[in-house]
Amino acid sequence: MHDFLQQLVNGLSVGAVYALIALGYTMVYGVLRLINFAHGDVYMVGAVIAYELAVKLAGLNSPVWVALPIIFLGAMVGCGALGFTIEYLCYRPLRHRPRLVSLITAIGVSLLLENLFQNRRIFGATPRNLPELLVIRPVLSIAVGASHSPVIVTNLDLISMGLCIAMMLGLSWFVLKTKMGLALRAVSFRVDTASLMGINTNRVISMTFVLGSALAAVAGVVDAMRYQVDPLMGLIPGIKAFVAAVLGGIGSIPGALLGGFLMGLVETLLKGYLPAQYNNYSNAAAFVVLILILLVRPSGLLGKTTVEKV
Amino acid sequence: MDQAASATMLHRGEVPAWAVNLGVGIVIAALIPVSISFDKYIDNYVLDVLIRIGVAIILAVSLNLINGITGQFSLGHAGFMALGAYTGGVLLKHYQHQIHGALLPPVFIGVTILGGLVAAIAGLIVGIPTLRLRGDYLAIATLGFGEIITVVLNQIESIGKFEVGGSAGLHNIPHVTNFFWTYAWVVICVVVIARLVYSAKGKPFFAVREDEIAAAAMGIDTTYYKVAAFVIGAFFAGVAGVLSATLSGNLDPGDFNFVKSIVIVVMVVLGGSGSITGSVLAAILLTYLPEQLRAFEDWRLVIYALLLIVMMLVRPEGLLGNRELWWKRKTAMV
Repeated sequence: MHDFLQQLVNGLSVGAVYALIALGYTMVYGVLRLINFAHGDVYMVGAVIAYELAVKLAGLNSPVWVALPIIFLGAMVGCGALGFTIEYLCYRPLRHRPRLVSLITAIGVSLLLENLFQNRRIFGATPRNLPELLVIRPVLSIAVGASHSPVIVTNLDLISMGLCIAMMLGLSWFVLKTKMGLALRAVSFRVDTASLMGINTNRVISMTFVLGSALAAVAGVVDAMRYQVDPLMGLIPGIKAFVAAVLGGIGSIPGALLGGFLMGLVETLLKGYLPAQYNNYSNAAAFVVLILILLVRPSGLLGKTTVEKV
Repeated sequence: MDQAASATMLHRGEVPAWAVNLGVGIVIAALIPVSISFDKYIDNYVLDVLIRIGVAIILAVSLNLINGITGQFSLGHAGFMALGAYTGGVLLKHYQHQIHGALLPPVFIGVTILGGLVAAIAGLIVGIPTLRLRGDYLAIATLGFGEIITVVLNQIESIGKFEVGGSAGLHNIPHVTNFFWTYAWVVICVVVIARLVYSAKGKPFFAVREDEIAAAAMGIDTTYYKVAAFVIGAFFAGVAGVLSATLSGNLDPGDFNFVKSIVIVVMVVLGGSGSITGSVLAAILLTYLPEQLRAFEDWRLVIYALLLIVMMLVRPEGLLGNRELWWKRKTAMV
């Protein structure tokens, strides 16, 4: 029981990160019907910005409560700008081309970011550790039943889950209560009609990219603290978050959250309960889940079923 | 070759099938002396690049059948290649002391075909369920398949008494591939796929790409053609895998990750999705250029990525688009 609860905590903590990345996928897919392959790399850029800022701030000996907000905000602003640029330069000119053309371009952007940051003049291929700004330590330990070892929740788990929930609430407010959010919903319903109704679709799409990239940046900073910063770190979480978005129903914002948490739980539980020698198979689990959903319920858990029209 | 005629009737100027087959036979036979003289007189490095170009051509042309001609965007080609490479590598390594001399050529032919068949069966297994998906979902599912293969290959140390190597990779595979084997397969691959898709029986492949729903409405069994494209494409990818495994002598599961698949996709896209000669050209270009860019090794993949993006922005149909260099374009393409 204790083990299970501990895995649950870990799973939710990892899942929160997937959920944050999945939100970006799902929002972009909602308005453009494009799988933004480069999204995982935007998350990586967030981690790299966090690293650069953390090194600077560690040099200045700034206290954690000053440094952390600066890092998070810096990464969000940087990635937001990056997301805007990618959309403006690479996807906007292709909007009226077949969707596959944008998909291939997205793959190109992903490849470009990965290799640019692998270059040693920019970041280098070797993974680096964030300077110890935030010492990861248990803040909560909950005794369960008769077990001797309590369930441990670290401060990073709390940050990760707390930020995820805060972002989610902020995003819901934005999408449901503001005029821009209404425009976003209209564009994701049908772009052409929305534009006929006087909505500046270009601005809405740009804003979607900025928001999605900023959310990915938050995920990137959390993972930079949890693991290491590495130019290829976006690949696997990117794909897993995409699977999470599909699992929840791509285009659905609550779906991304649900999918992300489920994905994190499945992965940690598999890691926890599979025998050690099969541990690496948990990486393949995401793909098996993906192929299964696509075959059984392509619209995902919370997605709408659409009928294809000629 | 004018492929516009129906399967049974020859039009004026068309080359009959037996003449084509004879021509292919002669070309392959002519490769033997060429290969022998190359082995003798050409620098090993140049020969190595030539063989890698050949492998790239097979990969690009076979992926073009799936991605370009049938329009099923697959990102798992490296997975099929890996299956072929490991089939060939494992078998040849295990039996390397029993096989030598005159026994080697027929065994190697058998092994390449076997590697192709293993990949083709995988193509069938992957193809039937995932081909219900369209466009970007198919891309992701095939990507997932390729990654699953890499993960599994990373885990398997051995199957029975056969060494597979796991994450450490498989080393000391006998170097069997040479110029002849590679280019014989290049000729077979290009001729088979070109004759398939430019014959009357091949028109449905293009029809599926142009409009699946319309094709189905015309009575074309779209699933059959999509699976056929996957199986044939996977077969040749498997063959290319065997060739490349016995070229370098080393196999590492990481070599077949999705970056490798993307490199093949870039070849197809650059050459022109749907153009076989375009894929050949792009495969030559994109294998030869990096050799010249050795000095810029750090920037090589950056250039690749930029090339892909700029290509998509400026000329999304690729170098040759739908056209072929030598064939007259008289197919039902739009």
